[in-house]
Amino acid sequence: MEQLKTIGRELAMGSQGGFGQSKEFLDLVKSIGEARSKAEEDRIVLSEIDILKRRLLEPDVPKRKMKEYIIRLVYIEMLGHDASFGYIHAVKMTHDDNLLLKRTGYLAVTLFLNEDHDLIILIVNTIQKDLRSDNYLVVCAALNAICRLINEETIPAVLPQVVDLLNHQKEAVRKKAIMALHRFHRKSPSSVSHLISNFRKRLCDNDPGVMGATLCPLFDLISEDVTSYKDLVSSFVSILKQVTERRLPKSYDYHQMPAPFIQIKLLKIMALLGSGDKSASEIMYMVLGDLFRKCDSSTNIGNAILYECIRCISCILPNPKLLEAAAEAISKFLKSDSHNLKYMGIDGLGRLIKISPDIAEQHQLAVIDCLEDPDDTLKRKTFELLYKMTKSSNVEVIVDRMIDYMISINDNHYKTEIASRCVELAEQFAPSNQWFIQIMNKVFEHAGDLVNIKVAHNLMRLIAEGFGEDDDDADSKLRLSAVESYLQIISEPKLPSLFLQVISWVLGEYGTADGKYSASYISGKLCDVADAYSSDENVKGYAVSALMKIYAFEIASGRKVDVLPECQSLIEELLASHSTDLQQRAYELQALIALDARAVESIIPLDASCEDIEVDKDLSFLNGYIQQAIESGAQPYISERERSGMFETTDYHSQDHHEVPAHALRFEAYELPKPSMPTQASTELVPVPEPSYYSDPHQPIPTSLVSERESSEIKLRLDGVKQKWGRPSYQSTTSASSTPQQSTNGTTTHSDGGAGSSSSKPRTSYESKKPEIDPEKQRLAASLFGGSSSSRTDRKSSSGGHKPAKGTANKAASIPKETPIPVQPQPDLLDFGEPTDTTVTATDPFKELEGLLDSSSHDGGGSTDVMGLYSDAAPVTTTTSVDSLLSELSDSSKGNARTYQSQTSKGPNSKEALEKDALVRQMGVNPTSQNPTLFKDLLG
Amino acid sequence: MIKAVMMMNTQGKPRLAKFYDYLPVEKQQELIRGVFSVLCSRPENVSNFLEIDSLFGPDSRLVYKHYATLYFVLVFDGSENELAMLDLIQVLVETLDKCFSNVCELDIVFNYSKMHAVLDEIVFGGQVLETSSVEVMKAVEEISKLEAASNSISLVPKSVSGWRGR
Repeated sequence: MEQLKTIGRELAMGSQGGFGQSKEFLDLVKSIGEARSKAEEDRIVLSEIDILKRRLLEPDVPKRKMKEYIIRLVYIEMLGHDASFGYIHAVKMTHDDNLLLKRTGYLAVTLFLNEDHDLIILIVNTIQKDLRSDNYLVVCAALNAICRLINEETIPAVLPQVVDLLNHQKEAVRKKAIMALHRFHRKSPSSVSHLISNFRKRLCDNDPGVMGATLCPLFDLISEDVTSYKDLVSSFVSILKQVTERRLPKSYDYHQMPAPFIQIKLLKIMALLGSGDKSASEIMYMVLGDLFRKCDSSTNIGNAILYECIRCISCILPNPKLLEAAAEAISKFLKSDSHNLKYMGIDGLGRLIKISPDIAEQHQLAVIDCLEDPDDTLKRKTFELLYKMTKSSNVEVIVDRMIDYMISINDNHYKTEIASRCVELAEQFAPSNQWFIQIMNKVFEHAGDLVNIKVAHNLMRLIAEGFGEDDDDADSKLRLSAVESYLQIISEPKLPSLFLQVISWVLGEYGTADGKYSASYISGKLCDVADAYSSDENVKGYAVSALMKIYAFEIASGRKVDVLPECQSLIEELLASHSTDLQQRAYELQALIALDARAVESIIPLDASCEDIEVDKDLSFLNGYIQQAIESGAQPYISERERSGMFETTDYHSQDHHEVPAHALRFEAYELPKPSMPTQASTELVPVPEPSYYSDPHQPIPTSLVSERESSEIKLRLDGVKQKWGRPSYQSTTSASSTPQQSTNGTTTHSDGGAGSSSSKPRTSYESKKPEIDPEKQRLAASLFGGSSSSRTDRKSSSGGHKPAKGTANKAASIPKETPIPVQPQPDLLDFGEPTDTTVTATDPFKELEGLLDSSSHDGGGSTDVMGLYSDAAPVTTTTSVDSLLSELSDSSKGNARTYQSQTSKGPNSKEALEKDALVRQMGVNPTSQNPTLFKDLLG
Repeated sequence: MIKAVMMMNTQGKPRLAKFYDYLPVEKQQELIRGVFSVLCSRPENVSNFLEIDSLFGPDSRLVYKHYATLYFVLVFDGSENELAMLDLIQVLVETLDKCFSNVCELDIVFNYSKMHAVLDEIVFGGQVLETSSVEVMKAVEEISKLEAASNSISLVPKSVSGWRGR
């Protein structure tokens, strides 16, 4: 059947004039189409290359045949094989007078050659000639070719002709000439800078197509320099107006839409011109409003224009009416069944949310739907939106979601991006350090090799510094929890190197600090790490240093140290290591174990990673040694400044000073190889500002140990890194809300821990920490959203102010809100607890949500209507009644908050309920059956 | 700006590929393969958009459409509108349909140069030039007419060696 079809095609081909090809070519295509493997295809193509090579060398190839060979060359190059042996023939073909052959030649060279290819020089002349041709098709072919083949050097050769063509009688030629100039501008702006006025002139071309083509270069020019095109604002607006009023010829319509591509380009340009410019924006309001009214949202292209309007409105100075229209358009997009439109809707939402943060509220459901959608593109776009709308109140939910998604994907590129976003959000908005460490652990565990090393240093620094100079108790708790979590994780296979470095460092520094774990236990773990990752020198180095610290602390505290046999063998192995770094660490460790308590304590004091190490830059401790040396006849040290004052050189060895005359040229040439300097160890020759004490032969072990500490110290001192989990704001939360939290939370955590350890999963207790946050989060949600409508309104009014300063200012604004809440509304609501619990499950989820939306939208004056209470009560009841549920909740890593409702109604098994829920949603019955608090967490 | 136009069949064989910035052949192949592996893993009934920074550098998007045995793919940067690009694919397909009356994969393979002629009328140097399939058809037909005419005039070809000597 297929063959019959092919034969039919072949027959038809014969009648198709210039485009037909020979039987041979058809056979080639067919055999490649039927090739079953890449190898077979390669074999066919290679034999074809052989044939072509031979044919092309034949003396008298008829031109028609030659044309076909060249098409075949193009074809094999498209399949990924080198056809460079035939390039010259393609170049020759461009010289031909026959239009068909010339066009084929141009087609082939534009596909084959890059603009810097040697053969281009053979074409420039032809192009020049063709640009002057009487046949406009020849001119078009040449214009087409110059877009790809002309580089910066050859632009001047064709520029005059192209400029002449701007006035060509054919509009097709004018259009292409403008595009070609645009291309020149992209390649080398300076070469056409004197011609920019031409673009402005062509904007008034009486052919709309030419005008439309002019918009492309203007868009580029305006995005480079907005100010010099402000005068065109009114022209663009009036053009757009005329287009929308259908003043253009019918032939420019596309799907009943007048010149949509021109409209889109104009809107893009207007967005550039109107951003931050009041007067320009005001001119645009009218036409934008018209567009919203006229746009036909039933066609794809109509929606494209609508989206472009939304984008434009989000860029120019905001106008409330237009924002409303945009919001309406977005809700249409989001409600649509088409994934494409949903995507555009989410994108538009992300743009508008910067201007009016409340807009997301009404689309909570749609956003959640998109987040759960199987379409990856849509999901990613939604995560981008969530990233934009994260604040301290919803960071936990959002980051949890992001991490779940991060774990589920394999695409490293996107994994890196989402991991860095998680880290950024966690650093910016972390509600507690404990949470921060947990999030970091997850990020490291699942994307460890992809995150920046600075993130690791940051984490170590956080653990070392804690969150307050005064609160040592909390600090040590934090460290203990970090150590505990690491001890759990450490035995998992295949951890990323960076994460292991962090783990080793923390275990070394704080593993034994609390007295909970014995030194031998921790050191055993560290040895295991060094053993399991024996190919990773960094990890080994960190592990050995950690061992050293642990032994040092033991010795310093007066206990006897038993070096484990595996540790001993590790040290011995490393003593003979190829890596000098590892070797040195091993020697240092060996030496340290032999020292007494007092010496060790001064070398490695307990928990001193954050102390500043005083560096004696004058090296005064060497004075005695120097004195000795000078007395025994050594030359005194001459400082760098003195030396350079004498000899105008910077670093030259003292021996050279006498020989090297002031020979300027030579100095410059020889100055490069600096690194060889330190190898010549002599105290006089150390002009480097940072004294390197490891080269000091005086007291080898202790000082080098100090330098080791120093170097690990230097790694941690990340001066350039912003530490964003601001201390003051955090303390204000703890001081205000920690008391009620701890009283209830204390009990839940305990029962929780028990439940976690009873199940046999290796990571459960690590996982089971989640529920710890869970009730807290729900209370937070309750307090933030239902709590007092007055705080809502006041947030809205302040939202305009605090949104632009995203980081700390944002947090400062949101923190005060939560302070009064845990105390105030709770007692009333707890009374409500039991009854509402039942009513909530009984009510229709739709209604409940409606109630929620209602209370948020027009419940202005802090009234206490029943619906408002629902929204308060719902989350609170969970905290009272879910004690038993919590253990089950901990099973499902994902749906911590959203399952609560289905649980109360559908029985104890949360997983089952989740699945049911998913099934119901798949069938499209009601997407609202989810816990409203989640929406509020996300979208509040 | 549009960075690339590709057509490939559902087995990943490229049928037409045009990159508007020069790329070496190996890189082109790599990109085609990369795009195909992304496309074939997409389920049915999802959006036609992809963010594809991992292959084409930052801020690159891709719009694709699946017709019978062919994928039509446009790769472009942030200065274009996704929905509009989707319609551009539509324009291209409509035009091809008019060109070959009920276009199928074989037409595209066997009429390689005509395909490029059509594409060059729609996208020029990475910018959208013409979106009306009627106009594109007019231009292409004019080309074929003139080509046929010029062909018949010089039916007797000069020998290659003849013009090699110039």
